[in-house]
Amino acid sequence: MGIKRRVFLFGSMALAGAGVFGLKWSGSKALADAQSATVKPGEGGFAAFLKIAPDDTVTLYSPTIDFGQGSHTAQAQIVAEELGIDPAQVVVEQAPAMPGFANPGIIEGFGADAFGAIFKSLPASLLGFAARAMPMQMTGGSSAIRFTGRLTLARAAAGARKLLIEEAAERLKVGEGDIVLAGGRASHAASGRSLRIGEIAEAAAQRTLWSEPEPLPARAGKAVGQSPPRRDIPGKVDGSAVYGMDVKLPDMRVATLAMAPVRGGKLTGVDDKPALAVAGVEKVIRLDDAVVVVGKGYWPALKGVRALAPQFSDGGHGGLNSPGIFAAQDRLRDANKPDKVSKAGDVAAALEDKAAKVITADYRVPYLHHAMMEPFALTAHRQGDRLDIWAGLQDPLRTRQMAAKAAGLPEEAVTVHTTIMGGGFGRRFPDQCEIIDQVVKVASQCPWPVKLIWSREQELQHGSYRVQSSARLTAALKDGRIAALRTDYVQGENVEGEVGFVYQVPATERRHFKYKTNQIDGPFRSVNSNQFGYWTESFMDELAHAAGEDPYRFRRKHLADGSRQAKVLDEAARRAGWGSPLPAGTARGIALVECFGTIVAEVVEAGLREDGLPLVRKVTAVVDCGTTVNPRNAEAQIQGGIIQALSTAIAEEITLDKGAVVQSNFADYPILRLAEAPTVIDVHFIESGAPMGGIGEPGVPPATPALVNALFALTGKRVRTLPIRDQAKA
Amino acid sequence: MPIEATVNGRKVTFQGEPDTPLLWAVREELGLTGSKFGCGIAACGACTMHVDGEPVRSCSLPIGDAAGKAITTIEGLKGADGTLHAVQQAWIDQQVPQCGYCQSGQIMAAVALIGRTGKPSDAQIDEAMTNICRCGTYPRIRAAIHAATIQAATNQAAPGQPAAQAQGAA
Repeated sequence: MGIKRRVFLFGSMALAGAGVFGLKWSGSKALADAQSATVKPGEGGFAAFLKIAPDDTVTLYSPTIDFGQGSHTAQAQIVAEELGIDPAQVVVEQAPAMPGFANPGIIEGFGADAFGAIFKSLPASLLGFAARAMPMQMTGGSSAIRFTGRLTLARAAAGARKLLIEEAAERLKVGEGDIVLAGGRASHAASGRSLRIGEIAEAAAQRTLWSEPEPLPARAGKAVGQSPPRRDIPGKVDGSAVYGMDVKLPDMRVATLAMAPVRGGKLTGVDDKPALAVAGVEKVIRLDDAVVVVGKGYWPALKGVRALAPQFSDGGHGGLNSPGIFAAQDRLRDANKPDKVSKAGDVAAALEDKAAKVITADYRVPYLHHAMMEPFALTAHRQGDRLDIWAGLQDPLRTRQMAAKAAGLPEEAVTVHTTIMGGGFGRRFPDQCEIIDQVVKVASQCPWPVKLIWSREQELQHGSYRVQSSARLTAALKDGRIAALRTDYVQGENVEGEVGFVYQVPATERRHFKYKTNQIDGPFRSVNSNQFGYWTESFMDELAHAAGEDPYRFRRKHLADGSRQAKVLDEAARRAGWGSPLPAGTARGIALVECFGTIVAEVVEAGLREDGLPLVRKVTAVVDCGTTVNPRNAEAQIQGGIIQALSTAIAEEITLDKGAVVQSNFADYPILRLAEAPTVIDVHFIESGAPMGGIGEPGVPPATPALVNALFALTGKRVRTLPIRDQAKA
Repeated sequence: MPIEATVNGRKVTFQGEPDTPLLWAVREELGLTGSKFGCGIAACGACTMHVDGEPVRSCSLPIGDAAGKAITTIEGLKGADGTLHAVQQAWIDQQVPQCGYCQSGQIMAAVALIGRTGKPSDAQIDEAMTNICRCGTYPRIRAAIHAATIQAATNQAAPGQPAAQAQGAA
């Protein structure tokens, strides 16, 4: 990366309000606002995201949210590494939802992923402009460390390091090269003199930085690669952590609602008298597609909703049901007119080769509910031309924009108070959260702050589900190798990102057939790698068996020797004891998926319970994400992702009937419980030093196919439609 | 009609209707929000409290049925001097929570289990720990329960040291 490019990048941070380093750009208004919101006299503000106080406290204003994945702790480690301090000295605060705290690193990271070299040749100052314009404070795509940490925050900290050193050199009248920044001091070793960072921070922050600072290598020293404890955990074990559900304000009221059962339907009528007769109910508010009851507490509000008999239209979707969706998807695929084709090599020719064996299999996956443990609960308070909103969502700036629109106010009139959140997994992206619009409209009709809570039933029946989709995979097998692979998949959106095929095959083709329903196609943890991982790695297993070969060795021979992928697969097989004897009634399955820059192989050992459901006894996972910043957190993310994947694979399914969701609560949407989860999940990281990958999502995709493959090895039954339930039963 | 009970050792009077679930009375009337709402049908356990020492899913217990009972919530687990309960400390040592929303309920269930069994076996843990965790923290929950019982057995020596390393840390 050339110096000019780097200067431009730093300029982009200035545009995003990140540039106290002296490069004056048109973004200085956003920066000034950000500074005045966070930096007090005596303190030094660096690139908006960092602040050093006279008492040496370093505050990191994170532009991403941490909903338990530990990213704030890992970001503190990255900043600590740059500044030569202990991570425990870094206080992490949620960055305010202000344009000065928009996050250009996310745009750069995903832009480079999506557009590669073309993107990198764009004037980089556009990044910051784009971050503010979007606006961009998104958390997702397993990017809080690899993009926000490595691009946005490490650069801000490296800039602070450079300016602190310059300031110290000037005061001590020595060369910059003789100053060492460590232990919270800028020291001149030869003379033994030193200055605390807190005493020079304010002056350092006023200095001009003329080139973009160069962060240290990902794993340079002490802070990165360690596992300091997460700071959010104590509040989560004594009940003091405040989630969106727990917001308390003077005079606050609580509301809940009934939404149109069929997404797209409207409220056509309701008699509000039965609700108003319930003790504690104060107001009934009609929205376009919902009726809301406001009361003194959740219970009266819920009783009020239950007392109502609202009528809703079905938006023309009343004929929709899950088997019908699959049938329609099949017809669309059979019509053979793909909406988009992505290919390399000549698949058609390979499939017509008379010497090749052609193998085909069809797979189906259902809608999946995120089932975050905390149902939506947002609070809003409208006071004239001001609005406050308390929301735990995956993009505070976008939340502000949407709340302002719902209130008919300018964005500057809206203050977002970001709360911690009880899970997300992709459900909390503001664009899919109609509760923003709902709570703002309700609060705008009330003199009090109002907390709007979705019941679990409303939550489960109005999700932004992982897509219901189907795929036909077709391969030409020749001389024991895959000559060509075609994937025909039917779902709402085209998904070229994150579904790359990791194996060396001469010809591949993905054909997307677009089929939309009334549902929102939501990102679900691991997004499209989720269903692609399932059918691709199940099919690899089918091909191995068709070739009469061991599934691990069959995969391995389609990987280049010495490649990261081969090393991950080999290590997983070795650690799992692939091929060694197992107790009767148990078998192993293997799968390998690369997504979000991280390669993961998993080996599942499974048997069957008496009722025919799978019982997973052990999972071995090997992960190459380049560098692990906090191994203990990374392990938790991989383990949790595996358990979530097994839960979805074994029994989770959202179905539609007459356009409405059939399931209503955990009684008919079962989540894997402790007794059903594997007791051993062995996670091993390969520190390859490759460009850093994500960690929140990549553990998810291999688990389902590894389980399905284990069940095939055990019973000879191939599960091609999820959930598995008792399909492998003899 | 006001309903009297004892919450975390303190006499309280609930003003809500007798059919109000204990969870909502504790959260909204007493302002103790550590116990969470997850499902409302006693399926997930995020709302678990102790009622006369027994773990109860408080979203489905009307306050009318809690009259005169001794109730403990997650806020009442700490010692009078603010010392964490051994189970809470084990949860920190093992770095159990992710999103954390279910963990008050998990901890209350674990404290009740340990109170009943002393040193629970894996099978007893399987049977008793039926609370849902969507983040998938189950391996660390199991490890923390074992660690807490080891810790209790050694008279709560040296807090802050993990009694057993989470499996698989590489």
